[in-house]
Amino acid sequence: MKRYEIRIAGFGGQGVVTVGKIVGLAAALYDKKNAVQTQSYGPESRGGACKSEVVLSDGEIHYPKVRTADVLVALSQPALDIYLKDLKTGGLLIIDPLTVVQEIPRTDVKVVKVPTAEIALEAGNKKFQNMVALGALASLTGVISRESFEKAIKDSVPPKTLGQNLEAFKKGSEYVRG
Amino acid sequence: MSEVDETAFEPLLSEEAQKALRGPLPPGDYYLFGSDACLEGAVFAGCRYYAGYPITPASEIMERAAQRMPQVGGRFIQMEDEISSACSLIGASWAGVKAMTATSGPGFSLMMEAVSFAVMSETPFLIVNVQRPGPGQGYITSSQEDVMQARWGHHGGGPIIALAPSSVQEMFDFTIQAFNYAEEWRVPVILLADETLAHMREKLTVPPWEKIKVLNRIKPQALGIPPEKFLPYEPYEGKVPPMPAWGDGYRVNVVGLVRHPDGNVTKYSPEMHMACVSRLVQKIEDHADEIAQVEGYHLEGCKNLVVAYGTVTRSAFEAVQELRGKGRTDIGFLRLKILWPFPDGKIRSLIKQVENVFFPEMNMGYLVHPLRESLRDRAKQFISIPFLGALHSPDLIIGEIIKVIAR
Repeated sequence: MKRYEIRIAGFGGQGVVTVGKIVGLAAALYDKKNAVQTQSYGPESRGGACKSEVVLSDGEIHYPKVRTADVLVALSQPALDIYLKDLKTGGLLIIDPLTVVQEIPRTDVKVVKVPTAEIALEAGNKKFQNMVALGALASLTGVISRESFEKAIKDSVPPKTLGQNLEAFKKGSEYVRG
Repeated sequence: MSEVDETAFEPLLSEEAQKALRGPLPPGDYYLFGSDACLEGAVFAGCRYYAGYPITPASEIMERAAQRMPQVGGRFIQMEDEISSACSLIGASWAGVKAMTATSGPGFSLMMEAVSFAVMSETPFLIVNVQRPGPGQGYITSSQEDVMQARWGHHGGGPIIALAPSSVQEMFDFTIQAFNYAEEWRVPVILLADETLAHMREKLTVPPWEKIKVLNRIKPQALGIPPEKFLPYEPYEGKVPPMPAWGDGYRVNVVGLVRHPDGNVTKYSPEMHMACVSRLVQKIEDHADEIAQVEGYHLEGCKNLVVAYGTVTRSAFEAVQELRGKGRTDIGFLRLKILWPFPDGKIRSLIKQVENVFFPEMNMGYLVHPLRESLRDRAKQFISIPFLGALHSPDLIIGEIIKVIAR
């Protein structure tokens, strides 16, 4: 795999940094790819456009941040407004239609709408919406194996909530597969 | 009492893993934060004392130290400020322990007095400066604005050693090296990281423990020097004086004044002054080639040289590879891993003649000055590429290079 860039953005507290961390961990430790994860820091990381980025590659990764994103996951309207311009033509855009309400101002990207919070609520708790987004991301991109994701989730969440996290992840991936 | 939301906290480690961590990280692969890799490097190097005062973006190193130092039988103290933090490293070091702190811009300024004292008293310790932009409180993102301060910020300006890591692996490796330099040369060592690197996750591979070199200071008892013949500031074999700890039975003089080799500060003369300070300078500057770590890439036929250090290395190398991929095979790259002592000799041994030197730095153009001095007769022009508050994008660097070479 050549350089593959994923950006996840949303409100602070939606767990976008955790999603980035799990993608990176799954790729680096279990899929034996190179993976660099960075995140927004400072005042911009609070409010509406907190972001987390992962760059994946089979080769060495020099520049650690996104240049032209292959994938954008936007869980808030400000996140979409700020980061949509960096998504490449033909890139994948995953949005939550309940928080990203305005019309998508680009037609050259593939849009997938996933009501993450709603699905998470069905799975037990709204706070697992990031795992729903992760499940959707995992299914739609297919760049990292499902087993690797499950191992990485196990490494990253409190043991008590592992079941709920995995359930939310599963629901997210099932939703986009239809 | 309100109910604690346990799901809000990520577990740092399972109970099982906690038990395994009574020592350094076992060999294997980890997916770690740069800050964590740094502290794990320190633990591996044998650091058993951490004193600090939290400051963004360096606090994560302190958090890991608070967790890890007690696990490995070390001590962790949150001090009242950065002045006391750095001063307490001097005490810990003379008690025979490897000691460190981590800070950023404003905190680094407060530590300058202790750095100067440590240079004079030849006290080894490590300060990690996770650089943030200045002046003043500046901002809390990435920066390389303290590269000159690391060398010249303390009064008197005696030499120190400074390293600039660029990956999570190097946050581990360079921290171990930093302690090795401190112990070998009896100097304070500065690890110049930045916010991007400290908050970046990447794979860290811990090799089999026996493959990692760890150096410890030489004590007079190891050299068979009896206490009555021991001179605290007499260098051994022209390098550094052996360093006893309090309680070893040797006279321990922690002296911040100019002094004779026996530690005597009363019989002052300009000759003694000159001898004392020039030895401190020469022990580092005369061994700059030995300490230097410079990496060259694509230097054959190189007419346009890009130079970088720290995290900017990654943007610069990406830019170089991209331009070379588009046919600009006259572009080469030089990476400085050690910033101080400035690796003048090593740079000159690698670069014979080029036309343009491009130097992206996350500051207004600082190390371009000693570089210009190094290559004064070997390049036609030096182009600083300053950027503040964030890592240069490869496109920014490419744009600046094209502006010049397309002329």
